[in-house]
Amino acid sequence: MTAVPTVLDQRFRTAAAASGELDVAFDVLDDTPVGRLLVGVSDRGLCRVGFDPEPEAELERLARLFGPRVLRSPKALDRVHTELDQYFTGRRHAFDLELDLRATPGFHRRVLVELSRVEYGHTTTYGALAAQVGAPRAARAVGTVMNRNPLPIVLPCHRVVGANGSLTGYGGGLDRKEWLLRLEGALL
Amino acid sequence: MVSGIPPFERFYECHKGEVLAFLRRRAGRDRADDLFQETFLRALRAYGRLEHGEHLRAWVLTIAANALVDAARRERPTAELAFEPAGEDERPAVEELAPLTDDLPPKERAAVVLRYGYDLDYDTIAAALGSNEQAARQAASAGVRRLRKEKEQR
Repeated sequence: MTAVPTVLDQRFRTAAAASGELDVAFDVLDDTPVGRLLVGVSDRGLCRVGFDPEPEAELERLARLFGPRVLRSPKALDRVHTELDQYFTGRRHAFDLELDLRATPGFHRRVLVELSRVEYGHTTTYGALAAQVGAPRAARAVGTVMNRNPLPIVLPCHRVVGANGSLTGYGGGLDRKEWLLRLEGALL
Repeated sequence: MVSGIPPFERFYECHKGEVLAFLRRRAGRDRADDLFQETFLRALRAYGRLEHGEHLRAWVLTIAANALVDAARRERPTAELAFEPAGEDERPAVEELAPLTDDLPPKERAAVVLRYGYDLDYDTIAAALGSNEQAARQAASAGVRRLRKEKEQR
């Protein structure tokens, strides 16, 4: 089988994203301080941040949610890459990215919008977040929303802890939650 | 996901080597590079309209063949060009169709082979030919009419 030269391959991937015909352009960042991350953008904004991606499953998922024209196109994620780098090195406290939450159902989205207001270096609790969306008894449901957060790190579910201050849980594993909170100075 | 259409990434990874090899054989290394990008951009534009994920290899090789024809036509507008049915796999229907359709004009031949050999819908064929559904339908029926006439004359 003919090997496609890297230059040719990359040129097509960049042209594909520039054509505006992709449903999702994604990239896999191999060596971030929190391990491998898959990031995806649609024409509306960032639509996926995933820890330890299993490419096949992730691609199927993106295709199901956003459409089949899903292609790895690193150039299209330059800005996401830059902002994440800045965040990981402590030079950025807030992300300045459009977000695409169209695949996230209503209650989940309301909670995530509320979550986006929790500032760098601060924490809140599942119960407090539940109360803020007008469902004070839904702390457990809020936990589920955090667990399914399609945009971890950018939508800071790591800043949500248990009522007693324990870290409780994290979709990407507790080690990562701890690392992110330490980075932000929320944990000593 | 719509009835078994793979994410474009997988489709591209699966066929890019063969498409490039095909284009290099037919157009030489330098021109193949441009046509490679053109082929997959055409495929990408049409991908959202696919109704199923079958015969994607024949489909993309047909797009490549048409990109070749279009490029050659741009360079030599009056030249007679042959459409070679791309990606004949082991499907007997296609093997039977290919020699029968030898004498058809390229677009008609592509439309006939994709419609009757691969059972693709007209929208998908249009995508491969870079035209619309109606034009694809007309190309296929013009091809069939021409074949019928040839048969009568034999």
